[in-house]
Amino acid sequence: MTWNEVATQPWMLWRRQVAAILRLELKKSLFSKRAWWIYFLTAGPVLITAVHSLFSGHGHTMAEDNMIFAGIFQVYFLRLGIFFGCLGIFSNLFRAEVLERTLHYYFMSPVRREVLAVSKYIAGLIAAVIYFGGSVVLSFLFISAHWGPVFQQYLMHGPGLSELGRYALTAALACVGYGSVFLLTGVIIRNPLIPAAVVFVWENLNPFLPSLLKKFSVIFYLKSLCPTGELPTDGALAFLATSANPTPAWLAIPGLLIVSALLLAYAAAQARRLEVSYSE
Amino acid sequence: MPEPRIVFENVSRFYGEVLGVNRVNLSIPPGITSLVGPNGSGKTTLMNLMAGLIRPSRGSIQVLGVPPGRPEELFRKMGYCTQFDAFPKGLTGYQFIYSFLLVHGMLESEADKLTREALERVSMTQAADRLVAAYSKGMRQRIKLAQAIAHRPRVLVLDEPLNGLDPMARAETIALFRQWGEEGRHVIVSSHILHEVDRISDQVILLSHGYVVAEGEIQGVRSEVKDQPMQVLVRCDKPAVLAARLFERDNVVEAKVSNDGKGLLVGTRDADSLYLLLNRIVLDNGLEIEAVAPADDDVNSVYQYLIGSEGGNA
Repeated sequence: MTWNEVATQPWMLWRRQVAAILRLELKKSLFSKRAWWIYFLTAGPVLITAVHSLFSGHGHTMAEDNMIFAGIFQVYFLRLGIFFGCLGIFSNLFRAEVLERTLHYYFMSPVRREVLAVSKYIAGLIAAVIYFGGSVVLSFLFISAHWGPVFQQYLMHGPGLSELGRYALTAALACVGYGSVFLLTGVIIRNPLIPAAVVFVWENLNPFLPSLLKKFSVIFYLKSLCPTGELPTDGALAFLATSANPTPAWLAIPGLLIVSALLLAYAAAQARRLEVSYSE
Repeated sequence: MPEPRIVFENVSRFYGEVLGVNRVNLSIPPGITSLVGPNGSGKTTLMNLMAGLIRPSRGSIQVLGVPPGRPEELFRKMGYCTQFDAFPKGLTGYQFIYSFLLVHGMLESEADKLTREALERVSMTQAADRLVAAYSKGMRQRIKLAQAIAHRPRVLVLDEPLNGLDPMARAETIALFRQWGEEGRHVIVSSHILHEVDRISDQVILLSHGYVVAEGEIQGVRSEVKDQPMQVLVRCDKPAVLAARLFERDNVVEAKVSNDGKGLLVGTRDADSLYLLLNRIVLDNGLEIEAVAPADDDVNSVYQYLIGSEGGNA
């Protein structure tokens, strides 16, 4: 179907446009020089768990390794790595193009700004899931790899694979949630650091918020999805790891997806109002 | 059926407290229209408004019936070659054009065909597989032009499109503009090279400090400038005789014999009367006329009369 013919069939046109934008954006999100510090964020835990696997020996139990991984996941991945990684990826989807003075090429294409915003979001999401999903999976495998056949048994015939799947799913949902937040801030606010700081404080104040306000936070939905909820409850950082009133998965997943969809819809509407004014 | 036009209705655009353009009313017909004015006069603002890259603070715009706020329709009809000299990283000239044609929603085969055609038109086929980052200024200008024309738009908006081009490329590009204008497309060009604007324009829009100071066909604009006498150059065998006879009339305000003694530059407030008078003088005095031509109905003269040195560089 030619360009003129497809113009009368919006869904087919949008599908083609999304595919074309993904081609351009994925290259930028995955291989850009801008992404070097995201490589660092994702490679860090993989290297640490690999070193642990190589040098730690067997002076502890595999259950302890699992608990350490749960801590790494809840404290590092959810609150730091994925948070800042998504900040870098999603707030730059529009912002970096303004800085590089190339956004007008998209704006001078016959593509709805809403389609552009959603396509960019999908590209960012694919990149973030590859980065952090990959990092979570590799870290999970490396941390217990030195247990050899015991770990294989745990993975293939025990709860290991299901836990790994839940960690990966939670990481992906974290990318969905934080991605929508930072796409929106990247569209409506010039300096991404201010909203990032505000969102960071908000997310980390979550345990102390009234129950209604808790629902307006990504971490609220994610914590209850983690497979290991029984992290040590003593110590100053205990509140970071567990949830006093865990949200059931049937509520957490749709809740997070709905909040993300609303934020994405608002970002797409705001993209329609964006102007090209590089010099300001 | 009314002729499709680009229409500005009482359009103003402010950047905070700074004026971009103010109370612009225009109705631009097909053909080549040049935007002329000094730096900061509002040329680029007008083009960006037309393309929807910025929104008017007041007023409304229609490009062939489409408001610029609907890019999904507008850019099926419009191509815009901006002044921004930046490109997405890591793309070759071919990939740059091809990728954005895919963003338009074209099939790969369709995009490939149009990309090659556009590259051919701007003589960039040989350099198509090199990275845009390695291009010279002139090549970058041409690849931007190719990107703007690739989808065969009915409206072309070109902000300083001749910048950085060598004389050969300029001539080719101007020929391209002429061809598009003759095909009935809208070609909106801003340029500070006035003699080139003069050669290519069907009509001009003169801007100063954000206001449209004149618009229309250049001869029409010139004839509206009443406070400056029209300059007419007469090439003949006896310019001194002609000058003496012309000064007998009121509407001739100056006459200057050219250095070679074969021409007379006449300043008049009424060109039509001058031409009638000239016929009579020629018959009465047996003068041999080689040529009679207006000497200041070009863009440069009109620009000097209307804007002059107040706006700095054009």
